[in-house]
Amino acid sequence: MSARARSFDLKHQTGFKTATYLCFFVLYAPILVLIFFSFNESRSVTIWTQFSLDWYAQALDNKGIQRATVTSLQVALTATIFSTVFATMSALATTRVRYFPGMTAAYATINMPLMVPEIVTAVATLTFFSLLKTQFGIHFGLGNLIIAHTVFCVPFAYMPIRARLEDMDLTLEHAAADLYATPWRVFRRVTFPRMIPGIVAGAMLAFIVSLDDVIITLLVAGPGETTLPLFILGQIRRGVTPEVNAISTILLVVSISFVTLFFLVGRRGKKNG
Amino acid sequence: MTPAEAAEKRDLRARRLLLLPAVALILAFGVVPLFIILIYSFLEPGAYGGVKWEFSTDAYVQFLFERDLFDDTLTFTTSYLEIYWRSLSLAVITTVLSLLIGFPCAYVIATKPPTQRNIWLFLITIPFWTNLLIRTYAMLLIVRDQGIVNGFLMGIGVIDQPIVMLYTDFAVGLGLIYSYLPFMVLPIYASLEKLDFRLVEAGFDLYADRRKVLRRIVVPLAMPGIVAGSILVFIPSLGAFITPVLLGGGTELMIGNMIQLQFGSSRNWPFGSAAALILMSTVLIALTIYVRNASRIRAGQS
Repeated sequence: MSARARSFDLKHQTGFKTATYLCFFVLYAPILVLIFFSFNESRSVTIWTQFSLDWYAQALDNKGIQRATVTSLQVALTATIFSTVFATMSALATTRVRYFPGMTAAYATINMPLMVPEIVTAVATLTFFSLLKTQFGIHFGLGNLIIAHTVFCVPFAYMPIRARLEDMDLTLEHAAADLYATPWRVFRRVTFPRMIPGIVAGAMLAFIVSLDDVIITLLVAGPGETTLPLFILGQIRRGVTPEVNAISTILLVVSISFVTLFFLVGRRGKKNG
Repeated sequence: MTPAEAAEKRDLRARRLLLLPAVALILAFGVVPLFIILIYSFLEPGAYGGVKWEFSTDAYVQFLFERDLFDDTLTFTTSYLEIYWRSLSLAVITTVLSLLIGFPCAYVIATKPPTQRNIWLFLITIPFWTNLLIRTYAMLLIVRDQGIVNGFLMGIGVIDQPIVMLYTDFAVGLGLIYSYLPFMVLPIYASLEKLDFRLVEAGFDLYADRRKVLRRIVVPLAMPGIVAGSILVFIPSLGAFITPVLLGGGTELMIGNMIQLQFGSSRNWPFGSAAALILMSTVLIALTIYVRNASRIRAGQS
């Protein structure tokens, strides 16, 4: 074989590398600029003067941000718990089974929130809650927001749990049953422990999806129910400040840490598979 | 009934009970509200938001015609059609450009050694899961008049006046590509990862050049990913809300903003409901095309 033939790269395509760099540049340049300038001492968000953590100190000291953080966590944690429990139950019902009547319908319903554009879900939910309030006097306060979040968190929590369950065959469950374990005991001692990586991954996705939501929250949240993204949106509308950069960077780092954890949990889950 | 049949029946009942909370929740708070806006779209707007319970098709008529306040005559108006058209064309342009840079990116990742692929994929997924509002805000820092691009260009003396990018269709389009690019790369990668490169080798053996191999072998085999990616970019771009608010300002409205305005300051809930349903129908049409294509491609491959 000649040297030329050996160096012939089957997979090479001219210009593709450039496009890839462009892709990563477009995705990351703005985020890096944001993070960089959150450490800038001057008020300018364009000209670098000196490293400083002042804006972080100010952001953390801001009462509005503190209140918004508490609201965000209340909503995200409650929505995560409910959606993960419901998604786990649904995943148990729809995997490792022959087709049963109603399965497709259930599957479509669970995934429905992913199909409808978010703005449509937002106005529909707003309309529904206002109808409940004006016609029937039913109003759950912050519960309204939590219900709305739980609805769109369910499919996100469902996906990894279902994927995890589909990777698990029934051999261990059958073995346990052969050894006279009751169905509940089989679930508690065999199925559930093996599902945990999927459940953790699902809960983490639900949590960040809820924590990051803007559109549905913007329309459904009542007065005084400002979440962190709503607070940031309000600030941005008033003008660009380094304080917004600081709090945005914090939220960005929280999301990125969760995704990284999700990635690592997923890998461990696969290895132990 | 045999014991086996009885056990199967019990199992089925258990599965249905397990599904109940999730399905009931989504039906009650996800599906019912959609039917309510369908009803609302045929009612009269209330004076302070909400609706009057009187049947009316005005919400749909208003999309195309303007009703004269004094003599009730209808004149054809294009203002809402223009918003709809702008949203549609921005979504199409976003999809095409994302495909043009997303496809090569997916290809390059798929042709990396398997151990490196996960890291690259992970880097594509990170923006996908981070806060869209904050990412859009970061783009605002880049394109505004005092932003990094203008600052740099003026600093090195190429221009004296900032180039106005913010609040233009350019900024909105750029923001949309940046927001939804990962949705394009991931499904295309999933198709390309399974690509059998012996087919590419066979193409070269038959004297095809690189571009021909790409066009006749790689792209057709990646078609399911390309279609899925295009749909995944098109749908959220069409209903985009945050991007046009931050990067388009008040002037470059998209259909998502128009819907929100009807429930906010314009206080025309029936019209907002009708617009939301028109948006949803467009999305459903796109999804139907996708499902048809997907089944045709599957049929063609088997």
